[in-house]
Amino acid sequence: MDAVIENLPTFLEGFRNTLGLLILSGSGALVLGVIVAALRISPVASFRGFATVYTEIVRNTPLTLVLFFTATMLPYLQFAPGYFPLAVIGLTVYTSPFVAEALRSGVNGVPVGQAEAARSVGLTFGQSLAYVIMPQAVRMVIPPLINVFIALTKNTSVAGAFFVFELFGAARQVTNLRGDEVIPILLAVAAFYLIITITLGQIAARVEKKVAVLR
Amino acid sequence: MTSVLYDAPGPKARTRSLVISVVGIIAILAGLIVLILALGAPKMSANGAIQPGLWDATRWDVFTDVQVWRTLGNGVAATLQMAGVAAVLALSLGVFFSFIRSADHKLIRVPAAFVLEFVRGIPVLLMMLFILLVFATGSYWAGVLALGLYNGAIIGEALRAGIQSLPRGQREAGLAIGLTPLSTRFRIEFPQAFRQMLPIIIAQLVVLLKDTSLAFIVGYSELLRVGVRNLPDFFGNRYAFSFFLVVFAIYLAMNLTLSWIARIIARRSGSKLGKAVEPAPEPMPSGASAI
Repeated sequence: MDAVIENLPTFLEGFRNTLGLLILSGSGALVLGVIVAALRISPVASFRGFATVYTEIVRNTPLTLVLFFTATMLPYLQFAPGYFPLAVIGLTVYTSPFVAEALRSGVNGVPVGQAEAARSVGLTFGQSLAYVIMPQAVRMVIPPLINVFIALTKNTSVAGAFFVFELFGAARQVTNLRGDEVIPILLAVAAFYLIITITLGQIAARVEKKVAVLR
Repeated sequence: MTSVLYDAPGPKARTRSLVISVVGIIAILAGLIVLILALGAPKMSANGAIQPGLWDATRWDVFTDVQVWRTLGNGVAATLQMAGVAAVLALSLGVFFSFIRSADHKLIRVPAAFVLEFVRGIPVLLMMLFILLVFATGSYWAGVLALGLYNGAIIGEALRAGIQSLPRGQREAGLAIGLTPLSTRFRIEFPQAFRQMLPIIIAQLVVLLKDTSLAFIVGYSELLRVGVRNLPDFFGNRYAFSFFLVVFAIYLAMNLTLSWIARIIARRSGSKLGKAVEPAPEPMPSGASAI
C-alpha cells in the first residue's frame, strides 16, 4: 500500500495527462465527427462516398496502428510536434468516425414523420435539420456519445505505450520501480480510470432516463 | 438514393449537385495525388544527404524476398490465433456473465454487477499488464485472458439486455409448463436473446480482432510487432514506411472481410426475427463498447 501513497504524485500527473488527452482529443473528435456526419448525410454523392470510405478505413484500423503511425511514422516523415500532440492527433482521428456514427444514428433515430412534417410545411434541407431534426437528435445522441467518450478514456491508455506519460505510463513506471507491490499499484491506477468511466456512465444513464420520459 | 430531407432534385439541382460532386471528386483526388507526390519526393535529411522518395524501388525491393512474406504470414497467424482463442473465451464468459448477472439471487447478482462494471470500466491494456505482472503468464496468455475477459463482459451485458428485452410471457410460459427457472433461461430465453444480439456480438468480435494489436505493447509478436518492429529492425530503417503500409493493408483486409461477414450474418438473422423480439430502436445499448 505504501508504494501507492509514495507514488501518488506520479499517479496524479498521469491522471492529469489522461484527462488532458481525453478532453483535447474528445473535442477534436467531436468537431471532426460532426464534419464527417454532415458529409455522410449530405446531398452531394461524392462527399457521401468520401465520408463512407473514411469511416470504413478508420474504423477497421487498430488504434495501436494509428498511434504507431502518429508517434513513429509522422516524425519519420519529418513532422514532429512532440509526442503528446501526436497522440492527440491519433486519438482524434481514431475516435471521429465513432462520433460520426453516434450522431448519424441519432439523426436516423428521429421518427421519419418529423422530417416529413418539416418538409411539408416548406422548410428547406438546412432549416429542417436546424429547427426540427437536430434539436431532437442531439438529445438522443448524448448517451451514445458519452459511451464513445468512455471508450476514448480507455483508449488513451494506448498512448501510454507511445511515449506519452499518462496513467498507463505511470502504471508501467511505478510497477517497474516497486515490483513487490504490483497488485495495489495496478488497482490504484484502475481506480483512477474508474473515476472517469463510471462518472461518465452515470451521466449517460441519467440522460437516457430523461430522454426516455420525453418520448 | 431518396431522402425525405430534401426534394427529389429537379434538372437544375441535379446539374448543380453533379457539378459539386465532380468538383468534390476532383478536389479529393487532387489532394490524394499531392499527398502521394509529396511522400514520393526525395528529401534532404539533417546532414545534407539526399534520401530517395518513399515510392522509390530501393524502399520496396525487400518485398521480393519470400522470407519477408513468410514472416508476415506468421504474424497474421499469431494474430488470428490470439483472436480465435480469445473469441471462444469471450463467448463462453459472456454466456456465463449474462447468467450470473441476471440471476434470481441477490447474493450472486450484485457482486456480479460490480465485477462486470469493474472489468468494463478499465482499459484492456491495463488488464493485460495486470495479468502479465500478477500471474506471470507470458504475453500470449496475458493478451488472450484480458481480451477474453473484457469482451466477455461486454458480450455478457449485451446478452443480458437481450434477455431483458424479451416479453415476460416467454419466461412465464416456460415456468408454467414446469421447467425449472434455470432450464427456462437456458432453453427458452437464452436462444432468443442470443439470436437477437448476434449482430452486436459479432461486431464485438471484430473489435476483439482489432484489439489483438494491443498485445504488441505487452510484447507478443503478432502482426503489428513483426511487421513494424522486427522486420524494419532487421532490414533497416529505410523500409519502415513500406512495412507500415503493408501491415496497414493486411489489417484492413482482415477487418473489412470480417466486418463484411458480420454484416451478412446480421442481415440474415435480422430478417428471421419475428415482431415480438425486434431489437430496440436505440443504437445498441452497450454501443460504445464497440470501439
